[in-house]
Amino acid sequence: MLRILHQIFRTGVVTEPLPAEVEAEVVMVGKRLEEAVRERFSRSLVIREVDAGSCNGCELEIIAMNNPIYNCERFGISFTASPRFADMLLVTGPVSHNMEIALKRTYDATPDPKLVVAVGDCGINGGIFGESYASLGGVESVIPVDAVIPGCPPTPTDLLAGILAVITAGKEQDFV
Amino acid sequence: MNNLSEQIAARFGADAIRGTGHFPATVPLLSIPRDGFEDAAILMKKVGARLAAQWAVDETTMGRAFAVIACYALESDYLLVRCEIPRDDPTFPSLTKKYIPAFRFERQIESLMGLVPVGHVHSDHRPWIKFEDWPADAWPLRKSFDPAQKMPRVPGEYRWARARGEGVYEIPVGPVHAGIIEPGHFRFQAMGEDILNLEERLGYTHKGIEKRFEALSWKDGVRLAGRVSGDSTVAHALCYCRSLEALCGIEPPPRALWLRAILLERERIANHLGDIGAVANDAAFAFLLYQFSRLKETLLRLNRRLFGHRYLMDRVVPGGVAVDLTPEGTEAILAELDWLTDEFERLITIYDLNPSLEDRVRTTGILSADLARDLGTVGFVARASGQPLDCRVQTPFPPYDRFPPSMTVLNSCDVHARVWVRVCEVRDSVRLIREFLATLPHGEILAKSIPPTPHASGFAVVEGWRGEIVYWLQAGGEGVINRCMIRDPSSVNWLGLEQAVLGNIVPDFPLCNKSFNQSYSGHDL
Ligand code: SF4
Repeated sequence: MLRILHQIFRTGVVTEPLPAEVEAEVVMVGKRLEEAVRERFSRSLVIREVDAGSCNGCELEIIAMNNPIYNCERFGISFTASPRFADMLLVTGPVSHNMEIALKRTYDATPDPKLVVAVGDCGINGGIFGESYASLGGVESVIPVDAVIPGCPPTPTDLLAGILAVITAGKEQDFV
Repeated sequence: MNNLSEQIAARFGADAIRGTGHFPATVPLLSIPRDGFEDAAILMKKVGARLAAQWAVDETTMGRAFAVIACYALESDYLLVRCEIPRDDPTFPSLTKKYIPAFRFERQIESLMGLVPVGHVHSDHRPWIKFEDWPADAWPLRKSFDPAQKMPRVPGEYRWARARGEGVYEIPVGPVHAGIIEPGHFRFQAMGEDILNLEERLGYTHKGIEKRFEALSWKDGVRLAGRVSGDSTVAHALCYCRSLEALCGIEPPPRALWLRAILLERERIANHLGDIGAVANDAAFAFLLYQFSRLKETLLRLNRRLFGHRYLMDRVVPGGVAVDLTPEGTEAILAELDWLTDEFERLITIYDLNPSLEDRVRTTGILSADLARDLGTVGFVARASGQPLDCRVQTPFPPYDRFPPSMTVLNSCDVHARVWVRVCEVRDSVRLIREFLATLPHGEILAKSIPPTPHASGFAVVEGWRGEIVYWLQAGGEGVINRCMIRDPSSVNWLGLEQAVLGNIVPDFPLCNKSFNQSYSGHDL
C-alpha cells in the first residue's frame, strides 16, 4: 500500500494541457464548449464507441484518449457500454458487410437526439480497404453521419479536437 | 532440404516434387498427390511438427486449378506441403483427424475458396468468417469472384453448439462489446457461475483483405499489410516485406535490418505495457492501468517524434525502412529506456506484491501445456503454457542471429503466466534495443527494388508481439499479386481462449480474455 501511495505522489498529475494548436482552439471554443456540455449534455457527453470493422488502430487512439495524459473525462467526456445511455456514437473502420446489421441496431438503440462521428480515414470512405463484397466503405453508407475525424489513425488530440468541434457546432438539438 | 522435407521425400519418393520458384530455399515447398495429403499429416504429426497454417490458392491464371497448402513447423524447420485440386472435384483430404487447428483453417478454406474437406472428424461444414447470410456459392478467393459486387443477403441460420439440462443457461455476448474493443460474438453455456462451454463466432470485421491484395501493386500491398491488425503494424508489414524480398531476391541493407528490429521491439514493448495494465484493470486494479498507459503513451510520443508515427505505420517498406535514425534520436531512445526501466520495475514490484491481484490472476484461465501444443498456439500464449516457440530465436534473421532474444517459458499456464512472460519480454526487448543501437551499422536504409518473377512465391515468418505471423505471397503475371495468405497469431490463439475459460466463473472471462488479447481484425482479415 505504501508503495502505491508513494508511486501516486511521485507521479503527480500528468494530465497535460493540449498542444499549442489544439489548445488555441480549445481556448477559443472553451467557453462555448463548457456551456454546450453543461446545457446541451447535462455536463457530460456520453459516447458509445462502435468498431464497425476497423483494423483496431483507431481503437488504440480512442483508448489513449482515456489515459491520464489526455484524460478526456476532464472535458466531461465519458464512454458507456450501452447505446441507450449515449449522446454520441463514435464509429471506426470501414463498415464491414458482417457488421452492417449490428451497426444499424446500435444506431437504432441510441436515443434521439444523437450525434454520429465517423473516425479515421476508413470511417470516412473505407480507406485502404475501399468498397467491396466485404467492406461497405465509409460509415455514411450505412447510418447518417454528423461529422468526421480524418487520420490513420487520428491521434488523441485530433479526436478531442474533432469531438469538441462537433458538439459546439452540432445540430440545434436539445440533448438535456 | 531440411529435416521435415527429408521425411516427406523419403515417404513419397518420386511422388514428392520440389517446387521451383519458391523462396526462401530453406523452406521447401513439396507437391504431393492429393490422396497422400493426409498421410503427410500423419507423418508430420509423428515427428512432432505442428500445423502452422493451411490455405488454398486459385491458380487459374497460371493454367492450373486449385491447390491446398499445409505449412508444418518443427523448431527451426518450416515445410510447405501442397496438393493440387481439380476444378471438377473441388475436395481435399481433411487434416482434422490429426490437427486441431485444421478445424478452423479448413472451415475458412471451404467458406472462402469453396473447396470441401473430406473426412472431417465432426463433419463441421459450418461457414467460418463467411456468415450464414452470404449466398452459399460466394467464394471470394476464387478468381471467378468479382470483389466489386455487393454481397446479397440470403436467409440462413448459424448452428451453435448447445448444452441442455436443468439449470443450464446461455449468455450471448457481442458483437458490439462493452468496452472500446473490436467486435466478435461469444456464446457461453453456464451453470450457476461456472462456464460449461464457450463458443466463439468471429468474422465480424472481415474486410476482404486477402482478396484486396490481389487488386493492389506490390508497393501498396505493404500499406495494407500494415493495417491487417493495427496494433501489430510493424510485424505485419515486416512479414509482408520479408516474404516479398524472399520472392524477389532483395536484400535490405544492414542498417535497415537493424532499424526494423528496433521498431519491432518498440512495438512489442508498447503493446506489452498497455496489456499488463489492462489485465490489472480487469481485476479491478485501475491504478496499474493508468500507470502503465502513461508509460506506453511516452513511448508512442517518442515514436512520433523520431519516426513520424505513433504506431510506426508505413515505416517498414519493401527493401528496407522509410525513416532513418539520427544520433540524437539514438540518445533520446537510450534516455527513454533508462527512464522506462526505472518506472517499469517500480510498477512490477507493486503488481507482484499485491495479494488481491495475485488472488485473481493465479490459477485463473489455465491453458494446459498439452492443449497449448495440440491447439497449435503460438507467441506469449504458448510460452506461458510451456511451449518454447519464438521465431526470433528459432528462425532468426539479422540482427537477431547476432543478439538472440532470451526466451521466457513458464509452466503455470494461467493469467499470471501470460502476464509474466510479457513482463520478462519487456525487459528483454529493452536489452535488445540497447544492443541494436550500440551496433547500428552505417549506410543505406533502402535496397534497390527488383520486380518479382511471375508465378514465384515467397514465405516468411515474423515474431510479432502476439507471436508468429506467417505470410505466403504468390506472384501472378506481370506485377500482380495472385495470392497473399496471412496467418495472424490470433487465428490459432483464439482456440486457446475457448479452452482456457472452461471451469472458470463467468465474471473471470474478461480477465482471461484480456490475458490473451487476440486480434479480431487479424483473424477475420
Ligand atoms: S483509419 Fe487507419 S487506423 Fe483507423 S481503422 Fe482505418 S486503417 Fe486502421
